[in-house]
Amino acid sequence: MIQTEIAVLRFGLGARPGDLASAAGDPRGWLTAQIKGAVPLAGNTPLAGSDQIFTELLSARDKFQEMKREAAAPSPADPHSSTDPKAAAAPAFNPVRDAYLPHYRAQVLARAQSAALTTRPFAERLVHFWTNHFAVSADKAAVFGVAGTLENEAIRPHVGGRFVDLLTAVEQHPAMIAFLDNQYSVGKDSDLARLAARRAEARPFARQRTDAADKPRREFGINENLAREILELHTLGVNGGYTQNDVTTFAQIITGWSVGGGKGRLTGGAPGRFYFRDNLHEPGAKTFMGKTYYESGLRQGEAVLADLARQPATARFIATKLVRHFVADDPPPAAVERVARAFLKSGGDLPTVYAALIEAPEAWDADMRKFKTPEDFVFSTLRALNVSPRQPEEVVRSFELLGQRQYTPGSPAGWPDTSKSWDGSDALMHRVLWASRVAGRYEQGIDPVDLAASCLGAYARAETVTALRRASSSTQALALLLMSPEFQRR
Amino acid sequence: MHANQVTTSRRRFLLGTGALAASAALPNVLFAHTGGSGRLVVVILRGALDGLAAVPPYADPNYAGLHRELAIAAPGMADGALALDNNFGLHPSCVFLHERYAAGELVVFHAVASPYRDRSHFDGQNVLENGLTKPLGSADGWLNRALAALPRGAAGHDTERAVAISQNVPLILRGDVPVISKSPQATPDVDEELLSRLADLYSKDDWFSARLSEAVQTDKLAVEGGIPADPQAMTEPAAASARPAMTAAQDTAVRPAAPDRVSGVARMAATLMRSEGGPEVAVIEASGWDTHANQGGAKGALAQRLAGLDKALRALKDGLGPLWPQTAVLVVTEFGRTAAMNGTRGTDHGTGGCAFLAGGAVRGGRVMADWPGLARTALLDNRDLRPTLDLRSVFKAVLDEHMRVDAKTLATRIFPDSSGARPLQGLIRA
Repeated sequence: MIQTEIAVLRFGLGARPGDLASAAGDPRGWLTAQIKGAVPLAGNTPLAGSDQIFTELLSARDKFQEMKREAAAPSPADPHSSTDPKAAAAPAFNPVRDAYLPHYRAQVLARAQSAALTTRPFAERLVHFWTNHFAVSADKAAVFGVAGTLENEAIRPHVGGRFVDLLTAVEQHPAMIAFLDNQYSVGKDSDLARLAARRAEARPFARQRTDAADKPRREFGINENLAREILELHTLGVNGGYTQNDVTTFAQIITGWSVGGGKGRLTGGAPGRFYFRDNLHEPGAKTFMGKTYYESGLRQGEAVLADLARQPATARFIATKLVRHFVADDPPPAAVERVARAFLKSGGDLPTVYAALIEAPEAWDADMRKFKTPEDFVFSTLRALNVSPRQPEEVVRSFELLGQRQYTPGSPAGWPDTSKSWDGSDALMHRVLWASRVAGRYEQGIDPVDLAASCLGAYARAETVTALRRASSSTQALALLLMSPEFQRR
Repeated sequence: MHANQVTTSRRRFLLGTGALAASAALPNVLFAHTGGSGRLVVVILRGALDGLAAVPPYADPNYAGLHRELAIAAPGMADGALALDNNFGLHPSCVFLHERYAAGELVVFHAVASPYRDRSHFDGQNVLENGLTKPLGSADGWLNRALAALPRGAAGHDTERAVAISQNVPLILRGDVPVISKSPQATPDVDEELLSRLADLYSKDDWFSARLSEAVQTDKLAVEGGIPADPQAMTEPAAASARPAMTAAQDTAVRPAAPDRVSGVARMAATLMRSEGGPEVAVIEASGWDTHANQGGAKGALAQRLAGLDKALRALKDGLGPLWPQTAVLVVTEFGRTAAMNGTRGTDHGTGGCAFLAGGAVRGGRVMADWPGLARTALLDNRDLRPTLDLRSVFKAVLDEHMRVDAKTLATRIFPDSSGARPLQGLIRA
């Protein structure tokens, strides 16, 4: 019954003891039963929301500014404060990191626990897929402590719903806004820009006037980062038919999409929540990809997202990525076609899209064509060993060692999803090192030959089982199992 | 596997795994081939470096007005550029590069671009690395195709001739010719017996078999290369480096801690290239150049990033030591950035940018730029520095003059459809 193994190992996150047995009667039904509705975290590590984390950050920054001011300008009336060594050492204190670090670690731990414990591993893999599709990267300072909140707050509620809702939730999540710099993007004719221009007129000598026509005063302007990546990476794909002009127009359409609770020109709104700043928004109807949008304010951008979510190019782009993730690095065209059609016909109803993927015969090819990413490797190991991590350090360090630090794909394109991006010889050596450490820690009470059966089923090769029997210790046997070609692929 | 085959040292393990026996047994002969041939290091800056900040065209009348607070002042001014010639300077962070320029070991290219004309990082990097005129998902890399065309050394080559200094191999080095990868992060305590048994377990799986042999061989190069693996990476606790370090109270576009990481990568490249039978070609990657917001000028986010790159290049020269005179280092990025500052004190994706060729083998001390100017009418699509030089002209020149790849292979197999990009002449010392 290789189909059972395919459902659990390829579509899911790897087999916990008993998983293969419970999927055996009806592997397709086992998958289908998982895909509707929200996918909350399994496990019970408490996590703060993005609004709370941002609020903590803002107050830590205020405190830091205050400390810096005290250190820089000691009050003569209070000589004691000026000699306070703590105040003098203030710059060594890093408020952003200190506010963010515990949240990052908790999010990484919770994610690994959920992957280890979930009884809906296919749905959990889909959560990971969308997190990578809508990637933010924690190696940008502003995003470090909230990267995981995008997954938990925008993706988990909508992964089993409609694509347009998923898309809108993601683009309006503070982590995405901050990652792609949209909170400061300002329309040239926005209220804020015009107010500033009037003030400048009123004080003509307050600053140097620019004279040449090609040197306009440009205090405010757009940032096209989020607009471009929504089109290129989140919806249409790079060849989706938009022009540079469309990118610029779309950036104007979403001016004002911001985060509440800032200072100066960014006051207003609930701290750390998505907030539409009308005074930054470029007013008026705009023509984007041949269609004129007459909506005003926030609705204009939402109308564009709704249209993007229905485009054939979007359907094809999403289908290609899904098939690449679940079937093969070179996605078979027939499977892409099937999934794209389901996407278009259902208006982006994601359970329908996933069902089409399950129906694709190409997905059930017995050959294991996907080389596991470090994430796949770690999560499937946790499940095989039936353990859930308790310490954030062990998870954080594991991914550091294996070259896939959680929530840090480094670019908005997300982690690459092909074998060639993960199959370097040095990467393999790091996997061997990690496998041997894990084996040393968890070998007690494990029979590696039994484990091979419970985590690989019919995929366990005879020569692997022989190698496990002949190993010089159970630690070595377990490391060999984790590093066997059949455990390294899915 | 029987117990009497279990080996106790990595070297003996190597001798036991057929494919590697030859290289381990002939160290002196292999040493000979490292004689006078060219060494090449390619540094890929991912995210699109702002060429107008790295190599400020300070004499262009439109530069300061467009680049505004991101512009670098003329040499001699406060926080001004390091002087190159009457038109161009270097960003004040690029101290080492400036020294190499003065020593006649640096060519600076400006208004240069790959054939790619759209503004996607990912397609742009793909074209930069695949050597073609458009992005193709699964193509191999031009540097791997070049490896196939390298003249053989006197002793032939039993070992891989190129290394990616990372866990995995980037597109530029992927292809038919086997290459190795090695990150600065050490793998210190992998059990020899486990490796030996894994080699046995992998014997029917060519792919795993090849990877494991390469990994063991590369480890050996690093250990026997005179310097152990990057000391920083070995001593730095994983948890510390797992914390993205951050500057206080500022949303910088980049991570300030990362520049030091590039130095570790550069030292590892040098270590491997200097080891017996070590690779002649290395690829280094550095990310974080996508400065959409708060880019900074002479100081700030990009300045820190450039200082990190400059430091890494110095570490590379120091590490290569006696090999430096026969080395060329090519520093490239996928495209440039907008000529005008955007609304968030940064720059958006552009087209024309800069590139560097440094090294003891380089006939330098020159800026090569057919400068199109930054006047509105001169800009590409009203926004970007217009490219006037094809990066492939630089690649071809380096492969031809420095690595002795024959011209016909260059024009056909390595860079197809590149007849418009004729190789530059005289970049390498005779």
